[in-house]
Amino acid sequence: MRITLKVWRQPGPAVAGAFHTYHADDVSPDMSFLEMLDVVNEDLTAKGEEPIAFDHDCREGICGTCSLMIDGVPHGPKRATTTCQLHMRTYEDGDVIVVEPWRASAFPVLRDLVVDRTAFDRIIQAGGFVTAPTGSAQDGNAMLIPKEVSDLAMDAAACIGCGACVAACPNGSATLFTAAKVSHLALLPQGQPERQRRVQAMVRQMDAEGFGGCSNFGECEAACPKEISLENIARMNRELLRATLAQRPAGRMESGAG
Amino acid sequence: MKFDAKIPAGPLEEKWDRHLANLKLVSPTNKRKFHIIMVGSGLAGASAAASLAELGYTVSCFCFQDSPRRAHSIAAQGGINAAKNYQNDGDSTWRLFYDTIKGGDFRSREANVYRLAQVSANIIDQCVAQGVPFARDYGGLLANRSFGGAQVSRTFYARGQTGQQLLLGAYQALERMIARGSVTMYSRHEMLELVVVDGQARGIVARDMITGKLESFAGDAVVLATGGYGNVFFLSTNAKGCNVTAAFRAYQKGAGFANPCFTQIHPTCIPVSGEHQSKLTLMSESLRNDGRVWVPTVGGDKRAADAIPTGERDYYLERKYPSYGNLAPRDIASRAAKEVCDEGRGVGPGGRGVYLDFASAIARVGEDTIRERYGNLFEMYERITGENPYVVPMRIFPAVHYTMGGLWVDYNLMSTIPGLHVTGEANFSDHGANRLGASALMQGLADGYFILPYTIGDYLAGTKLQAVDASHPEFKAAEARCKAQIDRLLSINGTRSVDSFHRELGALMWEQCGMARNRAGLETALKRIPELRAEFWENVRVPGSAATLNQSLEKAGRVADFMEFAEMTCLDALTREESCGCHFRTEYETPDGEAQRNDAAFTHVAVWEYGGEGKRPIRNIEPLEFEFVKLATRSYK
Amino acid sequence: MSPLSALWHATVGKKIVMAVTGIVMVLFLISHVISNVLIFSNPGHLDSYGAWLRSLGPLLWIARAVLLACVILHGIAAWQLTQRAHAARPDGYDKYERQVTTYAGRTMRWGGVLLAVFIVFHILHFTTGTFHPDFHPGEVGRNVITGMAVTPVAIFYLVAMLALGAHLWHGTWSVFQTLGINHPAWNRSRKVIAIGLAVLIAGGFATIPLAALLGWLR
Ligand SMILES: Cc1cc2nc3c(=O)[nH]c(=O)nc-3n(C[C@H](O)[C@H](O)[C@H](O)COP(=O)(O)OP(=O)(O)OC[C@H]3O[C@@H](n4cnc5c(N)ncnc54)[C@H](O)[C@@H]3O)c2cc1C
Ligand code: HEM
Ligand code: HEM
Ligand code: SF4
Ligand code: F3S
Ligand code: FES
Repeated sequence: MRITLKVWRQPGPAVAGAFHTYHADDVSPDMSFLEMLDVVNEDLTAKGEEPIAFDHDCREGICGTCSLMIDGVPHGPKRATTTCQLHMRTYEDGDVIVVEPWRASAFPVLRDLVVDRTAFDRIIQAGGFVTAPTGSAQDGNAMLIPKEVSDLAMDAAACIGCGACVAACPNGSATLFTAAKVSHLALLPQGQPERQRRVQAMVRQMDAEGFGGCSNFGECEAACPKEISLENIARMNRELLRATLAQRPAGRMESGAG
Repeated sequence: MKFDAKIPAGPLEEKWDRHLANLKLVSPTNKRKFHIIMVGSGLAGASAAASLAELGYTVSCFCFQDSPRRAHSIAAQGGINAAKNYQNDGDSTWRLFYDTIKGGDFRSREANVYRLAQVSANIIDQCVAQGVPFARDYGGLLANRSFGGAQVSRTFYARGQTGQQLLLGAYQALERMIARGSVTMYSRHEMLELVVVDGQARGIVARDMITGKLESFAGDAVVLATGGYGNVFFLSTNAKGCNVTAAFRAYQKGAGFANPCFTQIHPTCIPVSGEHQSKLTLMSESLRNDGRVWVPTVGGDKRAADAIPTGERDYYLERKYPSYGNLAPRDIASRAAKEVCDEGRGVGPGGRGVYLDFASAIARVGEDTIRERYGNLFEMYERITGENPYVVPMRIFPAVHYTMGGLWVDYNLMSTIPGLHVTGEANFSDHGANRLGASALMQGLADGYFILPYTIGDYLAGTKLQAVDASHPEFKAAEARCKAQIDRLLSINGTRSVDSFHRELGALMWEQCGMARNRAGLETALKRIPELRAEFWENVRVPGSAATLNQSLEKAGRVADFMEFAEMTCLDALTREESCGCHFRTEYETPDGEAQRNDAAFTHVAVWEYGGEGKRPIRNIEPLEFEFVKLATRSYK
Repeated sequence: MSPLSALWHATVGKKIVMAVTGIVMVLFLISHVISNVLIFSNPGHLDSYGAWLRSLGPLLWIARAVLLACVILHGIAAWQLTQRAHAARPDGYDKYERQVTTYAGRTMRWGGVLLAVFIVFHILHFTTGTFHPDFHPGEVGRNVITGMAVTPVAIFYLVAMLALGAHLWHGTWSVFQTLGINHPAWNRSRKVIAIGLAVLIAGGFATIPLAALLGWLR
């Protein structure tokens, strides 16, 4: 089939970008979206133009590297599917597809469709961990964790850090990402000792990165390829409220970047 | 090249403990003064970087992804082994050790493998403490499953995302150390050269993948945790970025490369759908617990699966291996699939696929039970192929999955270059000629959490290190070499893309050095690879500049190394004149088609030494001695 | 930083402030709507309600101060969060498709501005009488009837009540999320409660201008 692409091209971080139109004439329905872009890139290379830069690695929906705003929806139209797992059979001959990078001031564009998501790493640095230095652990079965709790924590821990939640949110908010990690660790007994500091430090870092606040629009959940639930946002808010009411000064975590 | 594996003396069970007692220690105040360069942030790299920083060392950590959390370890699905014997089914350190040694077809070191089994239990404890949400049963205890045909249930898992959860645990520990300032993280940095000063590994040159700047980093020791080289086959289950560059550059600097031909092919992957295919997706092996593998009895049968009556189906695994049936080990299942496809009985586009049919399981236990067991996998399959496996049998085909070969290391995980340590899939590791399912995660974390942090201290405490910084001439020379290669790649301006070369190389390797190998094929490959390489250097087209994010340039550098590396792999396969584990030479098979080992001549590690530019590599051997186990022959009939 | 000021400085904290002030305002509106619909039984009831209010003396002023503080805090937080949201995405998308945001969610900001305008107008209308054509202090029922008799005013009230309904629909659901009041067992009912409250309050108020427009209020 024939597909027309309107792709955002931007040579570098501080350079103005623009949309360019490309045609992919021989698209097979079995191709993944990224394989379709590979083909376009082979064409561009053959013509002596620079290929479109886009992030990807595992191409099986788990590493969270691929991104792309496809026709106004992060990761494209299929529910619970990353861009690398989106297949061209979703489209029809003659379709025109608009492809843009994630847009958020905390995710500056590096080139074409590639953005810088290190803000997420810094949110984790602020407190998204359990302090458990190597060698200090007790036996894995010494702590009983009800299956339900463990499953719920796993639901939250499934986040792949792709940033689609930020891309989808009208406020450019990283609340779903942050809430997923706060929830994962707040639910488990291992996360208890640092529970209050963690949520305060992570929320502070999230704000410091320049993400917007949450208006509970729910776009993030709809866009999330791992179906991270809005329940996590409620849980994070509750955690923050509880931490504040517990009157612990909002100190830095011992090793937090705050 | 001489190899001292530095295996401690004493009974197998006591070697590691005795060794630990004898290792030199670095005093707490001195640790900070030692700078360790950690290349790689996968399970092996992140766990070691975090642990070393916790001990007090100054660490710089590198990865080519935009975040350490995206290392390829994230993709591991099935689980991680540990000899906990929580299930009371008779598992023990010894049994895990023996299974691993035997699974590796007796081509690994007893002492290393035993240690791996010993520390396996600590890994689970450590990961639980970090908050890894392993599966649990209703009583709140850790759940286990049996994996890859093991006779005991010793595999721990977190849904189908075990690698992800383990990596996030290590990543979070790493981020904690980054926040504390003990680790400096360099993401989107690709190591291009190892720098050796006075015979010791003292640093690396890396390219900042955003600005294109080449930067030198000097330290007191270098660790490579850069993963496997499965992408030499172009199509594999590995992430697109996986490469051999770091390991290969170290090899060019004098590190021995062990057993490159030991590459594992996984039997249950989604088949290639067309020319455009860019990678292959693994379907968990657990599917073989309920799925039945078959192809039509006669070749060229174009009927739909459900139109083929039972009598005209060949359930070839059940037929050939009645006791293991569909659960035959990975290499056997893979080769059997290739055989039937070579006979023209393959199904799906291109005839490179076999059916994995759930119809009888659905009839037996019901669709709901199957959905409960494999729902996610079925969804994934449907997403990729557009076919509903509840109705139409799945199509599967083997694909390159894991590489047992890697840089040679001694018991301390140090390569033949003093100061250069290698961990995880990047080293030649503990898996011999074949890795058991769920053992790679175990090995990466064993290396990173519980072995390297001790052994590297021994090296640092016991070695005289001159003050060296990035202004040393060796660094300048290494930078110049990198720059020259980049400039050369950009200036060729030929007519073929990097990918087209990589595809061609991969297809050649798959054909001649894949599941089944033979002299003629390997010799063909060894003739063709240098030609292809020459064409690459004359005719590749790498658009763009060196001073920006340039993905074509990144790929070109990696493919250039694969081109050299492929040759060494074929040479290794050619010179190992036996079949063992995943290395199957058609000349060496038993009358009933099993791998025929040649213990007298090949109970050794083949270690390749760089012979210089344009010269063939030199084959050395490290003999393997078996003091504690008897070499046995597998039989899965 | 004290915990409370830390809260105010966090985006989540500002939302918590909006939620709490929102709840206070909702509680006021519940009592306000109940007393207002009394007008249908007998406008005199409204007068005695007003008289009772004024009899509270200082208490009334405290209540007024609290309400005023709520409106102001709510407004400031709304303004700041809106600015933040704009700063978080300075360059918009060429193509952007909302998947799930409700109309109510989408209109929170402009709807809020409309409500602010309404509140100012409303106080100048019925409390101070400034905008009232024929204001009689104390005769609350009569003031409402005569005030609403001016058609454009009644229409303005209706529009404002539409905005209020939308604001409360998304706002009430949002409060549950913001304050972390959730449980899988009754999460579905959060939307029902939100719509119910919005319809009852805004609908209740709207009956008055509607009745006036239809000529039923005299
Ligand atoms: C699909 C799949 C499923 C698997 N499932 C299982 C399983 O269930 N159980 C199991 O035990 N094993 C499994 N494995 C194997 C296992 O995942 C890997 O062997 C293991 O994770 C490798 O870890 P690592 O840390 O050695 O390397 P990786 O995780 O590959 O990390 C390599 C790191 O090195 C960095 N790097 C590489 N080159 C450079 C360079 N030149 N410069 C800078 N940085 C560089 C990368 O950025 C990355 O951070 C699976 C593998 C695959 C492909
Ligand atoms: C001064 C006029 C008002 C303005 C400018 C205003 C503005 C806003 C805005 C912009 C929001 C969304 C904030 C966000 O999620 O980002 C909001 C939420 C809300 N508003 Fe208002 N509003 C006003 C008056 C009112 C009134 C009178 C009420 C109650 C009757 C009210 C109740 C709420 C509630 C309950 C929320 C939800 C808070 C949350 O999300 O937790 N608002 N308001
Ligand atoms: C049709 C709908 C409404 C009618 C008929 C109405 C009527 C009145 C009347 C008659 C008064 C004066 C009471 C007195 O002075 O004793 C009043 C006061 C007030 N109303 Fe309304 N009202 C309506 C809707 C609203 C709404 C939607 C809001 C808020 C968003 C609101 C907020 C107020 C406030 C804050 C006062 C002042 C209270 C005080 O301090 O005395 N009203 N209203
Ligand atoms: S919450 Fe979902 S959308 Fe956001 S980063 Fe995680 S996986 Fe991606
Ligand atoms: S879309 Fe944005 S507003 Fe909140 S609920 Fe999701 S972060
Ligand atoms: S490339 Fe890894 S999730 Fe898409």
